[in-house]
Amino acid sequence: MTAAATRSTAHSIVEASPRAKAFAGGLVILYAVITILPLLWIVATAFKSQSDAIAYPPKVIFEPTLEGYVNLFTVRTRQTPDFIAKLPPPATWYDKLVREHDMVIAGPSKVVPRFVNSLIIGFGSTFLAVFLGTLAAYAFSRFRIPLADDLLFFILSTRMMPPVAVAIPIYLMYRQLNLTDTRLGMILLYTAVNVSLAVWLLKGFIDEIPREYEEAALVDGYTRLQALRKVVLPQAVTGIAATAIFCLIFSWNEYAFAVLLTSGEAQTMPPFIPFIIGEGGQDWPAVAAATTLFVVPIVMFTVLLRKHLLRGITFGAVRK
Amino acid sequence: MTTILQPDHATIPGVNKPVKSRAARRVHGLSDRTIAWLFVAPTIALLLAINIFPLIWMIRLSFTNLNLSMSYLPLRFVGLDNFRDILTDEDVWFRLQTTAQFVICSVALQVVVGFGLALLINRQFRGHSFWTTVILLPMMLSPAVVGNFWTLLLQPQIGPFNYLISLFTGVPPSSFSMTGQVSLAPWTIVLVDTWMWAPYVMLICLAGLRSIPDYIYEAAEVDRASAWRQFWSITLPMTVPFLMLAVLFRAIENFKMFDMVNLLTSGGPGSTTELVSISLKRAAFEKWRTGYSSALAIILFVTVFGAANIYVKTLNKVKQR
Repeated sequence: MTAAATRSTAHSIVEASPRAKAFAGGLVILYAVITILPLLWIVATAFKSQSDAIAYPPKVIFEPTLEGYVNLFTVRTRQTPDFIAKLPPPATWYDKLVREHDMVIAGPSKVVPRFVNSLIIGFGSTFLAVFLGTLAAYAFSRFRIPLADDLLFFILSTRMMPPVAVAIPIYLMYRQLNLTDTRLGMILLYTAVNVSLAVWLLKGFIDEIPREYEEAALVDGYTRLQALRKVVLPQAVTGIAATAIFCLIFSWNEYAFAVLLTSGEAQTMPPFIPFIIGEGGQDWPAVAAATTLFVVPIVMFTVLLRKHLLRGITFGAVRK
Repeated sequence: MTTILQPDHATIPGVNKPVKSRAARRVHGLSDRTIAWLFVAPTIALLLAINIFPLIWMIRLSFTNLNLSMSYLPLRFVGLDNFRDILTDEDVWFRLQTTAQFVICSVALQVVVGFGLALLINRQFRGHSFWTTVILLPMMLSPAVVGNFWTLLLQPQIGPFNYLISLFTGVPPSSFSMTGQVSLAPWTIVLVDTWMWAPYVMLICLAGLRSIPDYIYEAAEVDRASAWRQFWSITLPMTVPFLMLAVLFRAIENFKMFDMVNLLTSGGPGSTTELVSISLKRAAFEKWRTGYSSALAIILFVTVFGAANIYVKTLNKVKQR
């Protein structure tokens, strides 16, 4: 607190000179541009044709096509030109695009169900984790709980465990309970991982809300639960939203559990994307298209979360 | 502006207590004690069911010869045999060594790059906020997806990485393979990991730098301390707790690294980049040696648990700043 107050009245002594600023800015922008290039390359690859994507030397300038996206959403079969010539004219632009390569669309690919799985498992586990986390965080913040520090450490330590090691007994347990490769199983697992982050983050946010408000409400005859619902929660909304986004990002990005515990029904996007295969190996434009679609929400969330990012990645210890 | 959590623990006795207990007496409905337990219990129950129960089960399995691909074998308790096998196995030590090298190199590189960037960004040039967000993007992505698309970027012929290197050095692009060569693959995983996580160290260091009150620098100016001296006696020591936090967290995360490396090199070529998590996955989910891999998992647990303990202590120290 004092640090913040002092800083705002700072003298210009410590302010960097314009030349130093320009130098620093130049270096940072250079780094930022280099670091973003791989992502831009992927976004561009999604608009390349199959042959442009694997051209040597790699092509920077190319004729954009939506082939990658069409391939991502469809399954195609190769046909003879004669067969295609006999077909009725293509009904849609993507039919036409596919036929140019002597193929016909045989049906939708699995990408939509996988995307839906990612959404259901992501939102399901986020909702549960934030719900449980809010209750627990409120209790840890406001009540005296015996061994509170030990419990909090226990909660955090479950998140630190290597996922591959955790997956071994979970695999056995889920096999017994028929939860292998089910959305429910993945939701429960991700909730358990996320709830630790939710408790730690939300405790920090709720600690910041002055107790006097709810105490006034209690004196006015509210019950604890009413005070929580009508006084504390409305003030914690930003914190809860930020926490929810962090949980969602984790579930969205998670790979180790997903690849070890799901194979079809409940498979999410991360284990699916690398195995988008075309004729002769990975279909790079389609993989890049999937990656782009998968990453766009994350980029948006990062911008939204900018102010709370530091808190999220340090379990609420460092605020900004 | 940065503020660090005050050491206010919600349970600090005294502060609001008299008011609270007076209020509590008037409250209708459930008592505070009941509510506290009702609120904490579901979380603890979930963690017990999904984390602790399986963990105990795994401890039991680690003393058995269970092999899921040969489940016709009678389940036998073998005592500490699995642990003895692991600790005397040269391959396991080699994996641990590979993992240690990866952790040390990547965290060191991330600290250098991250701290450097933080120092530069802290000069608050115009537009620093926008560029900081751009730099932060890699760390928000899915490690699996990152590992996967870097395999394209690093393809010897069709990937742009080798091509760029050859533009600057003149080495033919198809003459080396970042993921396929024993001498390069370990550096490749370090490089991609740094690309992804240097921003993490940067963000935390930035918070550390911003927590240093300006008057300290002003005092140093008055005393005519050189910029060099100011860095070594003010900037660095005051950022170290934050840096420690970042280093510990990255070390823990990289020790258990699986996703990114599994997709980038899947442990290869040969077993040059086979980190201990990847080796564990092979033992548990390819060879199905459940008893053996449970024992290895427990060894990893104990290591991470110890590190997590130190992490939380550091975290609390940073909080108290």
